Amino acid sequence: MNDILQGLISAGWLIITFDPDLIEIVLRSLQVTVGAVVVSSVIGLPLGAWLAVNRFRFRRFVIALMNALMGLPPVVVGLIVYLFLSRSGPLGVLNLLFTPSAMVIAQTIIITPLIASIAHQAIRELWAEYHDLLISVSTSHRQRICTLLWDGRRALLTASLAGFGRAIGEVGAILIVGGNIDHVTRVLTTAIALETSKGNFSLALALGFVLIALAILINATVHSLSQTERSGRW
Amino acid sequence: MVETALFPLTLSEATVRKSGVTLVGPVDLEIGPIGTTVVIGPNGAGKSTLLRLMHGLDRAAKGRVDWNVPMKDAQNRQGFVFQTPILMRRSVVDCIAYPLLVHGVSRKDAHAQALDWADRVGLADHAARPARTLSGGERQKMALARALIRNPDILFLDEPCASLDGSATREIEGILKSARTANTRMVMATHDMGQAKRLADDVLFIYRGNVHEHSTAEAFFKAPQTPEAQAFLRGDILE
Repeated sequence: MNDILQGLISAGWLIITFDPDLIEIVLRSLQVTVGAVVVSSVIGLPLGAWLAVNRFRFRRFVIALMNALMGLPPVVVGLIVYLFLSRSGPLGVLNLLFTPSAMVIAQTIIITPLIASIAHQAIRELWAEYHDLLISVSTSHRQRICTLLWDGRRALLTASLAGFGRAIGEVGAILIVGGNIDHVTRVLTTAIALETSKGNFSLALALGFVLIALAILINATVHSLSQTERSGRW
Repeated sequence: MVETALFPLTLSEATVRKSGVTLVGPVDLEIGPIGTTVVIGPNGAGKSTLLRLMHGLDRAAKGRVDWNVPMKDAQNRQGFVFQTPILMRRSVVDCIAYPLLVHGVSRKDAHAQALDWADRVGLADHAARPARTLSGGERQKMALARALIRNPDILFLDEPCASLDGSATREIEGILKSARTANTRMVMATHDMGQAKRLADDVLFIYRGNVHEHSTAEAFFKAPQTPEAQAFLRGDILE
C-alpha cells in the first residue's frame, strides 16, 4: 500500500516537474505506438471492410485465422521479428534491429489482426444495412468499401483505439526487438519492466500511473474530438 | 448523343429461388416505356421479390431479365425506393446527393442538386440534419429524392407508403405524380387498393409467385379475370 502511495506521489512529481527523462520516454512511447496504430489502421481497416464485402473461397477460414491472430503472443512476434531483422536474418541489411522502427514493426504485427477483426465486425453489420442501396445505385467495388469505411468511421475509430490500447501497454515484443536502450528505444513499458527488476517499485509504479493516465487521456481526447457519443444520431 | 431506349423490360420464364424454394416465377412479362404499373397481391405473394428481380437486386435462377440495353447501363438508369428507407449515417442532403457522387458528379454540384431535391420534397429545413432523426414520412421522402435525383428512366417502389399516415401518403403520392409527369416510368408494389386505383395505369396481380393477371387498371378493378384476383378484390383471405 505504501508503494502505491509512494508511486502516486512520484508520478505526480515527475509530471509536475516535467522530468526530462519521463518526457523523452513518453514521447517515444507515443511515437512507436501511434506509428504502429497508423500503419495497422491503414492495413487493417480496409482489410476488414474487404472481408466484409467480398465472398470468396476460404473466406471463413481467413476470418477465423484473423480472429485467432488477435491472440498472437507478443514475445513470439518479437522473437520472429528479431530473427528477421538480425544481421544474419533476411532483413538484416536494413539495420533496423534495436531501433524504434523495429518496435513499430513488431507492434504493427501484433495489433493489425485486432484492428482488422473489429473493423470486419463493424463493417459487416453496416454492409448488411447498406447492401441493397449500394447495389441499387450501381456503386463500384471500391466505392462500396470507401462508403462503408466513411460511414462506419466512428466504429472504426474504436477499432483503432483498441489497437492503441494493446500497443501502448505491450512490452514483450518491443523489449526483444528494441532492447530497452536508454535514450534510444526505452519506452514506458520497458522502463517499468526495468525498474521493477531493479526493485525500484515506486518509480515503476509512477511510470505505470503515467502510462494509465496517458492511455485514458488519448482515448478521451479522440472520443471527444470525434464526437463518438453523438454517433447514435448518425 | 441520343440515348438508346431502355425499354422494353422483358422477363422470360424468370424464376427466383432461395434455399431451394421458388419465390417467384416462372414469369413472362413485358414492361413498356410509359405509365405506372402497380403490383398487387397478398402478403408473401412475391411482389417485392418481383421488383427486386426486375431491378437486378435478385438474380434469376432460371429464365432471363432483359432490357433493351446492356444490364450495367440499364441499372444506371433505374431507381429503387425500399419499403423501409435505407438511411446512411449522413445528413439528409448528403444522403440525397450520394447517387450523384458515386457517378462522378462534383461534390459542389451534387450538393446543389441535393438541396434542390430536398426543397422539392419538402425537406429543405431538414437538409443539414442527420437522416436518422427524420420521421417515417420524411425518411421516405428523402429516399424518394435520392432515387429521383439522377432522373431515372424507371423507378421501382416497394410499398413506399406502408405504415405512413394519410398526410404523409398524400405527400408521397404528390411526388410520384410529379415524377410521372416528368415521364418517369414507375413500377410500384402496394397493399393499398385505394392507392393502386389512384396511381395505376396497369395492374399486375401476383399470387404465390406467379403473375395471374396483367391488365389495365380500369379493366382490372372493373372485371378481374382470374378467380384469385376476384377473391382478392372482394377482400377474401387468400392463402
